[in-house]
Amino acid sequence: MTATPALEAVSPKEIPAKTGAPLLAVEGLRTWFHTFSGTVKAVDGVSFALRPGEIMGLVGESGGGKSVVGFSILGLIDPPGRIEDGRILFEGRNLAGLSEAELRQIRGRDIAMVFQDPMTSLNPLHTVGRQMDEMLQLHTDLDAAARRARCIEMLESVGISRAADRLSAYPHQFSGGMRQRVVIAIAMLARPKLVIADEPTTALDVTIQAQILKLMRRQIRDNGTAMILVTHDLAVVSEMADHITVLYCGKVVERGPTDDVIRRPAHPYTRGLIDSIPDPAHRQPRLKQIPGAVPDIRKLPKGCSFKDRCFRAQALCGEQVPELVVQGDRAHACHFPLTEGDSR
Amino acid sequence: MLGYTIKRLLQMIFVLWIVSVIVFLMMSFTGDPVFMVIPIDSTEAEIAQAREILGLNNSLIEQYAVFLKGILQGDFGRSYVYRQPALDLILERLPATFEIVLVAIVLAAVVAIPLGVYAGANPNRASSRAIMSASLLGISLPSFWVGMMLIFLLAVQWQMFPSSGRGDTVDLGWFRTSLLTADGWHHILLPALTLSLGTMAIILRMTRAGMMEVMRQDYIKFARAKGVSRRGMLYGHGLRNAMIPVVTIFGLQLGDLIAFATITETIFAWPGLGKLLIDSIYRADRPVIVVYLMLVAVLFVVINFLVDIIYTWIDPRITVK
Repeated sequence: MTATPALEAVSPKEIPAKTGAPLLAVEGLRTWFHTFSGTVKAVDGVSFALRPGEIMGLVGESGGGKSVVGFSILGLIDPPGRIEDGRILFEGRNLAGLSEAELRQIRGRDIAMVFQDPMTSLNPLHTVGRQMDEMLQLHTDLDAAARRARCIEMLESVGISRAADRLSAYPHQFSGGMRQRVVIAIAMLARPKLVIADEPTTALDVTIQAQILKLMRRQIRDNGTAMILVTHDLAVVSEMADHITVLYCGKVVERGPTDDVIRRPAHPYTRGLIDSIPDPAHRQPRLKQIPGAVPDIRKLPKGCSFKDRCFRAQALCGEQVPELVVQGDRAHACHFPLTEGDSR
Repeated sequence: MLGYTIKRLLQMIFVLWIVSVIVFLMMSFTGDPVFMVIPIDSTEAEIAQAREILGLNNSLIEQYAVFLKGILQGDFGRSYVYRQPALDLILERLPATFEIVLVAIVLAAVVAIPLGVYAGANPNRASSRAIMSASLLGISLPSFWVGMMLIFLLAVQWQMFPSSGRGDTVDLGWFRTSLLTADGWHHILLPALTLSLGTMAIILRMTRAGMMEVMRQDYIKFARAKGVSRRGMLYGHGLRNAMIPVVTIFGLQLGDLIAFATITETIFAWPGLGKLLIDSIYRADRPVIVVYLMLVAVLFVVINFLVDIIYTWIDPRITVK
């Protein structure tokens, strides 16, 4: 297949055609950072949607703007960063237009977050119990005894034994994996509808990663929570997510159901990411990698941001930014998308 | 904890012993006290006799032994000038200095910590920059000048505050306090403010620096993601994490304040230790100076010990061994 100008250019309003009202619909989100050395368009026109209970993988390399999407949803962008444009519709309310006080009601209660590094995301000076209790104090009317009971129950459900005793322990008395369990417990405490997990396993030992992912999936399923799994690890996403959104330089380059995208990537970048997953079944002398590095986001080249690293780039790619093209539940932003016929 | 306390106590005793040696040597090499105690028209024989009585003819080691023995029995000798036990003189003046230092340090903390938190949490606001500039003044302006300006403006020009003295006092046993009378408070405010400015500025800057560092941490962002209010974030999560260096400085400043109280007390004619010390130095009143120096040494050592204990309260990761 060559260029497909006939396909409709997508307006930011559009979301993947799926049944059921979305829990979260991000439409044309632009989050820019106005620094001394120029404007960093960390997120530049990102759209996706998520239904209740779904897991979406938000994938891309470091510096691709993935984390910024998560922080934008919760209104946790600090100056010089700013949400310039777009809507973040959560249950029909536009979070981008809410005041700080209104956002505080949503943070933790409706949308919770799990951070990358469990060694630094817990306050070292407060006991685990206090940090858990704080969440319930903020978002429930439970009395102290009920809150304690809920904390113990939650800690047990994330696999921490002797939970009642551990409430009075400090974070430094836990290992990294245990701390991430605590962080997940805190995130799930108020039974949020959406959890944003920002690289939740990146800082952990490989042996622990699988445990934590399993735990997260079970928690999500048991509570009917939706999740945005922000990660650079496509292998993790392929195990967990219902659908994938791939970001490159602040833009969505591809999106669709997980299996479909993994099996038939349309964007060369997605293909590169897939190829760089080690495959034990087909041992290669060298792992494939995407040549080059993510360009300086302040000085993006004209046309497609990926063209300098792309094996299919042609003259058109240097002139025109590819629009996001939606076909059913798939979407891609490439002038020359891969088709099934393209060999791996 | 008990073991630690005992260890620290032994350390303190060692430090105090060293201080006693230094103080003794310093005193022995600065001037001959015999001329302070005898009438000006004494004969050579009388001088020699006085030397004998004061034990100044003995070897340094012997003199030190006598000195140390006296200290251990709480006997620092009598003031050459007042003819009273030196310790009593110091203890009589101690409450006045204690109170001015106490008010100054509390004032410094109450003003500096909230301002430091504010400036650290909003480093780019104009108001934060104004606070930081003001704190620079607080560090740079010498307290004698500030004290005189305060007297000139608030006491002389506008007559809002008295310029000197302690005002009405109440006796609580041997402790004479001015903090229980309105007049006493009226008198203590200006000197305490003068004394506190430098400390206030330093604590403010330390708090700000600590907060700026802490606000970048993930746990602050995680707290925000939980829906914690800004106030809860700053004071519930941030401040305590920024406190370790502030407490260190606090301890050091407390010692400094006792020392700098001398200047402030002189300006405001505050009847505290500082004034007694200056008078005693002019008159080479050795026993009083010795008691003062030993007292300051004890205070420093005790404050340091308390600071270490406070560390463990603030940060559970710090254990004392």
